Amino acid sequence: MSQKVEKSKALKRRTLAKFVAAAVLLPSLSISSMQVFSAEELGYPEKEELKFGFIKLTDMAPIAVAYEKGFFEDEGLYVTIEAQANWKVLLDGVIDGRLDGAHMLAGQPIAATMGYGTKAKIVTPFSMDLNGNAITVSNEVWKKMLPNIPKMEDGRPVHPIKADSLKPVVEEYNDAGKPFNMGMVFPVSTHNYELRYWLAAGGIHPGFYAPHKGDNSGKIDAEAFLSVTPPPQMPSTLEAGTIYGYCVGEPWNQQAVFKGIGVPVVTDYEIWKNNPEKVFGLSTKFVEENPNTTIRLTRALIRAAKWLDVEGNANRPEAVKILSQSNYVGADYDVIANSMTGTFEYEKGDKRSVPDFNVFFRYNATYPYYSDAIWYLTQMRRWGQISEDKSDDWYKDLAAQVYRPDIYEKAAQSLIADGLASSTEFPNFVEETGFRKPQKHFIDDIVYDGTQPNAYINKFTIGLKDGDLL
Amino acid sequence: MTTLSATSRWIKSLAVEPAPLRSMLDIALKAIALPLAGLAVFLLLWSGAAAKIDTSLGKFPGPSAVWEQFGSLANEHSVEREKAAAFYERQDKRNAARLAKDPSYQAKTRRYTGKETFVDQIATSLVTVLSGFSLAAVIAIPLGITIGLSKTLNAAVNPIIQIFKPVSPLAWLPLVTMVVSAVYTSSDPMFSKSFIVSMVTVTLCCLWPMVINTSVGVASIDSDLVNVSRVLSLVPLKHVQKIVLPASVPMIFTGMRLSLSIAWMVLIAAEMLAQNPGLGKFVWDEFQNGSSASLSRIMAAVITIGLIGYLLDRTVMQLQRYFSWDKSSATR
Repeated sequence: MSQKVEKSKALKRRTLAKFVAAAVLLPSLSISSMQVFSAEELGYPEKEELKFGFIKLTDMAPIAVAYEKGFFEDEGLYVTIEAQANWKVLLDGVIDGRLDGAHMLAGQPIAATMGYGTKAKIVTPFSMDLNGNAITVSNEVWKKMLPNIPKMEDGRPVHPIKADSLKPVVEEYNDAGKPFNMGMVFPVSTHNYELRYWLAAGGIHPGFYAPHKGDNSGKIDAEAFLSVTPPPQMPSTLEAGTIYGYCVGEPWNQQAVFKGIGVPVVTDYEIWKNNPEKVFGLSTKFVEENPNTTIRLTRALIRAAKWLDVEGNANRPEAVKILSQSNYVGADYDVIANSMTGTFEYEKGDKRSVPDFNVFFRYNATYPYYSDAIWYLTQMRRWGQISEDKSDDWYKDLAAQVYRPDIYEKAAQSLIADGLASSTEFPNFVEETGFRKPQKHFIDDIVYDGTQPNAYINKFTIGLKDGDLL
Repeated sequence: MTTLSATSRWIKSLAVEPAPLRSMLDIALKAIALPLAGLAVFLLLWSGAAAKIDTSLGKFPGPSAVWEQFGSLANEHSVEREKAAAFYERQDKRNAARLAKDPSYQAKTRRYTGKETFVDQIATSLVTVLSGFSLAAVIAIPLGITIGLSKTLNAAVNPIIQIFKPVSPLAWLPLVTMVVSAVYTSSDPMFSKSFIVSMVTVTLCCLWPMVINTSVGVASIDSDLVNVSRVLSLVPLKHVQKIVLPASVPMIFTGMRLSLSIAWMVLIAAEMLAQNPGLGKFVWDEFQNGSSASLSRIMAAVITIGLIGYLLDRTVMQLQRYFSWDKSSATR
């Protein structure tokens, strides 16, 4: 008993220190950081039977692993995992309660909370992975791009390939009156922003949105025309000639290589090193009604992510085997293994080592950083999905509504207390502000500082800036 | 040479064989040998054509690849059953452990949470199609009889039937989905929403042939029979029971067979589009997976769908044989 009291005193001290730090540094974020956590035994889950949705992409791996390795069951959770037809169906499922939680695009909970598209309060206590996407173009486009790309001594193209080499091709198509169509998976998807970032960095305008005028097609002033296609259908849509290229998660880029219908030109790791990708989304209602369940499922997911990255990706082959089951991703073992085991095949035969192509746990990949949420918000503003200027505080407030490091922290602390993880594997919770240090490593060398979103937006040549309204 | 002469001798001996044996052979030839020959030619053509079709997922599957998939689907099913058994065992242990700590806990056994195998999908589809069809029959047959008995009512209702009859299930589906989600709300539903959606879509699409055939059957009853009823001055209910129903049974069954085959086709499409559990979802999932085995698994599903459709039709035909006075109407 006395031990407990001491522990809670210590915790209170820590919390107080944190509170002071939070209050000084970020007044707007203090609400969620303030909650007292405790490492004492968690209560039983309020809801034991859960249904989670996912889209057939390799980055759903933490959910599949948590199920197959029994991590969900260890928490007393009986989880059914169900593939969804597309991101819209998945989001609606979480909103109307058909699904208890889902593998989501990082932009989805943010956009839903903001009210862009379907308005609903969605939160995320767990970020699922870093990187994992790539941009693929059709063989025909690749052939035209190739002369513009610098080569290495052995004749293979120098990576990263910039969109500068695509610009003449796009111009050629547009001059011939053929719109240069490309596919991405959802208007608020990471893929949309990555594809736009890459195109714009190479001087190709991907078009603006103007929701205040009812224009949600994102094609105003566009040179390349982006439209939505569900991930698993990307290769067949490219094969049919409806689009000339796409940005999607794995295994659908490697599938194009395997099928011989297209060439991946750039990975998102090269566009923005260690960019945050999917998150695990839950409705606010669910989190409020089932606090223990939320912490427990976060615990299971953290354990799964850790399992995926442990000992230099030693478990990845087993993970690939799980993912290739028809009820999960279902593509061939070899196709999934290409990217999951640390290599990436660009042109057929040009396999290069990209050890961090899929990161599930290291570099604090699972911690829901506010700065990650704000990056997506800055891109929404850049491309007009947020049509008017917003203050820096507005960005931070919204990020704090959606991203819930407090839940993550409780789950992580209890895992440490149970001896299932060590504190060195997590951010230092006492000092963590929720903002990553200014990040370099973008393909256009522009530095991102999450604490100053408006200043960041103004740095781009193509894109809306402070004061712009379409 | 000797074999040839032996064969010719055998053929000659056939010619002088007494009539009963010859006709039996004749029947055997028609009933067994010809279908087998047809099947053999089909398999040959299939494997020949399959080898020539190259898709981005590899060669189109031939009969042997599909046969192999049937094996691996069965294998997956048994593996999944083992996993299910282990799941229940773990669950029992966990429940017991928690009850020991927390006696107020209401332990219950939850259903296996793993994937649905091909066999499970078949069962789901069958249950859904039969429920949808039964619901349609319960509505359509009384409606058809009422319309058939009254020319006035027929004139009033006919345009509606004719308009709804050609509507594709895919057009109904979004409406059904939204209405079911809005209307069918309960915290602990007896049936899942997806089941209700598929079932209602099936019902809406297979209602019409039954209504039409029943009404036509009832309307075209021999006037002699109607006169008999008049002479005996049967009350309306007895008239329907003793005269109308028996007389129109062949037509009702024709309608039912048409409806059931429509129901089966509609269900597969609905499951595919709505991602509701069943064979349609199996096909769609495999298409999405795009693995090298996907095409042969889809082909295996196609054959299964065909076989089940055939068996369903035969079942109704047997029922018709049993119930109907006109045995000749149930031969094709």
